[in-house]
Amino acid sequence: MKNTIKQVFHSGKFLFGFIIFMLILLTVIIYPIFVTADPLAMLGQGNFFKPGTYASIEESALSKSYTLQIPKEFSKLEAVLDIETRAEIQQFLINQAGVAESEIDVTDAEGLVSLWKANYDQNTKYAGLTTAKRKALKRLDNEITAAMKDSGVIIAEKDEEGNLKQSKVIKDTDYVNIKDVTTKTFVLGTDNFGRDVLTELVAATKSSLKIGLLAGLIATAIGLLLGLLAGYMGGLADNIIIFITNLFTVIPSFVILILISYSVGDSARGIAMVGIIIGITSWPWTTRSVRSQVISLRNRDHVNLSKLSGHSMFRIIFTDILPYIASYVVMAMILQISSGILAEAQLSMIGLGPATTKTATLGLMMQWAMQYSAHLNGSWWAYFPVVILIALISFSLNLMNTGLDQVFNPQLRD
Amino acid sequence: MATNQNQSPKQNSTEPKPCLSGRGLTKVFGVGKVQTVAVDHVDFDFNEGEIISIVGESGSGKTTLSKMLLGLISTTEGTIEYQGKPRDISTNAKKKEYWKNIQPIFQDPFSSYNIFYKIDAVLDDCLNMRGFKNLPEEQKIQMKTEACSFVNLKYAELTNKYPFELSGGQMQRLMIARIFLLKPKILMADEPTSMIDACSRATILDMLLKLRDEINMTIIFITHDIGLAYYISDKVYIMEHGKFVESGSAEDVIINPQADYTKRLISDVPKIYEKWDLDTVAN
Ligand SMILES: Nc1ncnc2c1ncn2[C@@H]1O[C@H](COP(=O)(O)OP(=O)(O)O)[C@@H](O)[C@H]1O
Ligand SMILES: [Mg+2]
Repeated sequence: MKNTIKQVFHSGKFLFGFIIFMLILLTVIIYPIFVTADPLAMLGQGNFFKPGTYASIEESALSKSYTLQIPKEFSKLEAVLDIETRAEIQQFLINQAGVAESEIDVTDAEGLVSLWKANYDQNTKYAGLTTAKRKALKRLDNEITAAMKDSGVIIAEKDEEGNLKQSKVIKDTDYVNIKDVTTKTFVLGTDNFGRDVLTELVAATKSSLKIGLLAGLIATAIGLLLGLLAGYMGGLADNIIIFITNLFTVIPSFVILILISYSVGDSARGIAMVGIIIGITSWPWTTRSVRSQVISLRNRDHVNLSKLSGHSMFRIIFTDILPYIASYVVMAMILQISSGILAEAQLSMIGLGPATTKTATLGLMMQWAMQYSAHLNGSWWAYFPVVILIALISFSLNLMNTGLDQVFNPQLRD
Repeated sequence: MATNQNQSPKQNSTEPKPCLSGRGLTKVFGVGKVQTVAVDHVDFDFNEGEIISIVGESGSGKTTLSKMLLGLISTTEGTIEYQGKPRDISTNAKKKEYWKNIQPIFQDPFSSYNIFYKIDAVLDDCLNMRGFKNLPEEQKIQMKTEACSFVNLKYAELTNKYPFELSGGQMQRLMIARIFLLKPKILMADEPTSMIDACSRATILDMLLKLRDEINMTIIFITHDIGLAYYISDKVYIMEHGKFVESGSAEDVIINPQADYTKRLISDVPKIYEKWDLDTVAN
């Protein structure tokens, strides 16, 4: 037994899957210890704020300012001079002002602007330009002039009479220390309800794992029990169980899942209920595979010898059959957990998932993102991490399964 | 015990008593078109205290017959009589009672054990079955030690071992120790030496004969080796395609075979009349 466990952890595949799964599990457990906020608190007023740190504008304006001579990525000039504008300026300088092309460097905004100022005059009527173009250039000149003024932003306050009075000028070299202002970081942005996607994702993963585990345990328990009885007893018991199993197999289990979920009703569909519903519709597969394993075992000589030693059926099932298929059952359960998580996602996508406003699940997050067209308006952070997480959970569980398979079925080993 | 004549049944003087009989015994596997008639209307009377060999090629239905006699599989047709009365194993209690009287040694020692349990569990099962469950521990250990030393195994060394830590020969010897503890009236030995190495083979046979003398049981010895059957048995049944084609005392059948199948089996064994001395092979 100890040896087998050692062997299992020597399997690279199992270990890799196990580590990924444990990382997910640990995150789910540890994250809420540090972030105690309600995962479904609506922090943002509006849809889909992109990932990043948000700082209070009011506090920034009122905080002590520091003058720093740091070239900024965001400058008004850079904002005016986009690529097309630069090309336009270059055209003008070459064609109308006669500047040599080698002198122009479009990547250097300041150089470009000084060339522009030296050569452009609003009152000159340049030849070879349409009226519209002339007007456009005039507008551009005004914009550049405005952008170059370093008057900054004026903060005004109302005095007693209600007149605005300038109280502060914010220059473009003014900075606040980020510690002086209130900030909020949304690592994965916010969703359609303005909820922090990361916090929501962690909570959703937890609920989805719960659903998967519950579904996997139920499916495995039912499947194992029926499979053992059908396989070992044979005869009438086998026929009845196989009949029921076939009934469940002929109708695709997802259809049954939908029907049951629908008939249970919105209000009753909590996390546990969805887990139970998925569990009681997905056992036939386990029943079938356990049954065939048991059939191949029940005529083995050690089982015959156990019978001849006067052992009862239950004792034989538990001591002479179950230990032989235990590893197989563990693998079947891992697959059931994985498919339970996927089933929840599918159910939620068609609106039959857990109907609760208190917790999120991975499936519900997908549904919300779809409903609010996150995929159409480029809000990748609302659905992409969810997809990744579903894939990771499923991948790690299947990897563990393959690893176990290689240990327990040595002929598969390479 | 070097010759066949020495092993003739002890009840020779009195009228032989049948302990296991079959009438029209048949087993058909499968349904519809894919039916296999594994055992086909066989009749027999196995007498108490005798060693009966059932000889046939692989697939002739020997194992199927033995499983029917053991009560592990149902019969399709025919009746089995145990000690002159129809065998009744309709309830679990009756089955348990029947199994106190008939026990097997299977062909493959490697699949005869539950690999998850230590060897001691096998021997304890035997004691429980004989109602010795509440005996003082020392007495139980003494019985188990005796059984093991009967087959030249050391109980003290085995208690904590798992079956897979033993060799095939050792496992099969432990099966004999199991029979020694159970003391059934009938032993069903289904090719007990065919899966183990040649050296252990003679030892196992030797031990089976010793065991027969010790607890005076009937042995049904199943083999594909007619030479072995001649060496060991009082009666021989030759089985072909689920039927008994010939039966009689070992001498009669092998010295003077009637059926073509028997003749062929005999001609396959080159040195059938040279009986080897088991004791020299064993040591
Ligand atoms: N459980 C079974 N189901 C179907 N056919 C079987 C089964 N067991 C044995 N048979 C068939 O019955 C025949 C006799 O087999 P068996 O009794 O094992 O022969 P032997 O022991 O003489 O080698 C074979 O043809 C075998 O294929
Ligand atoms: Mg056989």
